[in-house]
Amino acid sequence: MKQFITFLRKEFAHVLRDKKTLLILFGMPIVQILIFGFALTNEVKNTKIVVVDQARDESSQQLISRIEASRYFEIETILPDAKEIDNAFRRGSVKMAVVFPSNFGPDLAHLKRAQVQIIADASDPNTANTLTNYMSSVIAAHQDELNGNSEIPYRIQPHLRMLYNPQLKGVHNFVPGVMALVLMLVCVMMTAVSIVREKETGTMEILLVSPFKPLLVMVSKAVPYLILSLINVVTILLVSMYILDLPVNGSLLLLFAESTLFIITCLTFGIFISVKTNSQQVAMLISLMGMMLPTIMFSGFMFPIENMPVALQVISNIVPAKWFYIIVKSIMIKGLGFSGIWKETLILAGITLFLLVVSLKNFKIRLA
Amino acid sequence: MNTVIQTDKLTKRFGDFIATNEITLEVYKGEIFGFLGANGAGKTTAMRMLCGLSKPSSGKATIAGFDVYRETEKIKKNIGYMSQKFSLYDDLTVLENISFFGGIYGLSDRQLKEKSETLIGRLGLRQEANKLVASLPLGWKQKLSFSVALLHYPKIVFLDEPTGGVDPLTRRQFWDLIYEAAAGGVTIFVTTHYMDEAEYCNRISIMVDGKVEALDSPANLKKTFQVNTMDEVFYQLARGAKRGE
Repeated sequence: MKQFITFLRKEFAHVLRDKKTLLILFGMPIVQILIFGFALTNEVKNTKIVVVDQARDESSQQLISRIEASRYFEIETILPDAKEIDNAFRRGSVKMAVVFPSNFGPDLAHLKRAQVQIIADASDPNTANTLTNYMSSVIAAHQDELNGNSEIPYRIQPHLRMLYNPQLKGVHNFVPGVMALVLMLVCVMMTAVSIVREKETGTMEILLVSPFKPLLVMVSKAVPYLILSLINVVTILLVSMYILDLPVNGSLLLLFAESTLFIITCLTFGIFISVKTNSQQVAMLISLMGMMLPTIMFSGFMFPIENMPVALQVISNIVPAKWFYIIVKSIMIKGLGFSGIWKETLILAGITLFLLVVSLKNFKIRLA
Repeated sequence: MNTVIQTDKLTKRFGDFIATNEITLEVYKGEIFGFLGANGAGKTTAMRMLCGLSKPSSGKATIAGFDVYRETEKIKKNIGYMSQKFSLYDDLTVLENISFFGGIYGLSDRQLKEKSETLIGRLGLRQEANKLVASLPLGWKQKLSFSVALLHYPKIVFLDEPTGGVDPLTRRQFWDLIYEAAAGGVTIFVTTHYMDEAEYCNRISIMVDGKVEALDSPANLKKTFQVNTMDEVFYQLARGAKRGE
């Protein structure tokens, strides 16, 4: 046991002294989350829009102030005439226009039904889709409020210039994705490289000649990265909760337990790679090509798996990140408990066990 | 005399290739034994079997009285090892390296403290004790790794080309350390390509194509081959080698 602690102390010294790598390891998840987060969410906050109010009555004023009150939109100007919309878009500062027809108020009062036109700048189709979704929901909320004190329901019908894109619905999906990516990178690559480095420098021989158990060498190599990764999970969650206002709907404890399982999967993978390779470059290449690429491609975080050819869908099943991604999404966004994710957990545990057995079998205690 | 290494027809095959072929030799306590041979002659393979890193295909061997097939763990506790590759951690300090290697051999804190104190004093590294090993010149690193290999009082120390790339003066100093250790009763098993170093050994063996072709003291070998230097002994034997590198 004392030997093990001595070994751990040394491993931590390796990790903590490599300041540049450490900076990357801790900085990367924060930067990635912020980049993904703001690229996908900040544009939607405080988007500048124009309103063309041809009605200029009480009803249109109410809806306009409601739009203004939402944190998604900021009304740049209120135009009297629809002709000027074109100019506003061309200046580029405005992403969307909302047009009230001149009979908006009377229609709503007498027919209980009125129309609003929403025109979005579709040069960036993703943003445009998101914006129209938000606007529709603001209008729907307003409609619900009006209906609260009325027997015959009011209907304000938004007319969109764009088709609804269901893929854009979950803009927060990137957090689980980044989590999988970061853990993969830290655990697989760093572990593999740190073990192979000892092979390369020749210190591994010294360790194998010593009475220290080779299996313990592997375990103590993995421990610092396990701790590092758990810290990364905490950072990612803190950043997404407090900076991106992304709630964790499910149990935090469950999320940590599942993350630990995935981290162990990755560590086993890293050990497996290190057993199979003899140089740091090869280890790094295999980690990147063999793990990072499939993680990005097949986890479902960048490209929807349902749209892939069947062959690729089948392949995606052996990528551990896919299952972790589903698990994290279910806990964080859907707020599911363990009963909702036990299948995925079981699969992930199965993959881990398989990797563990294979690496142990391949791990030659005696260097042949 | 006290035998610490004893091998009988020790053989290692990799498929059809016989890396070491029926090696039989004895090494005695406190002896400096030179293990010579051209590149590819099978020295490293033989040494790995003796260290318990590689299982022999056939033959017998005992190291410090322990069997290489069954008692590798006990062998490991009783030997020290220093490879041709530099074998300390560059990103740890001198003291940390000492306590790490001492630690994995199970030395107590008190033993470690005493050991590192005397070691640093003897090597003249007091000022560098808390510096990273990466900042030391190669010669010092080699001396330090040799001392580290001796930390746990091993009965035998295996040195695999320990002085590669070191200047002649440092090599000389390194051999002083070897003599000192041997005088203290530690058996030194050393491979080298420097024939002047071969002369420092009590006895040497020369391997050619996996077999031990000569085994005697340097003086006797020169007499047998009727030449004046170890260089010539080596040439005569190694010239017949069929294996290249």
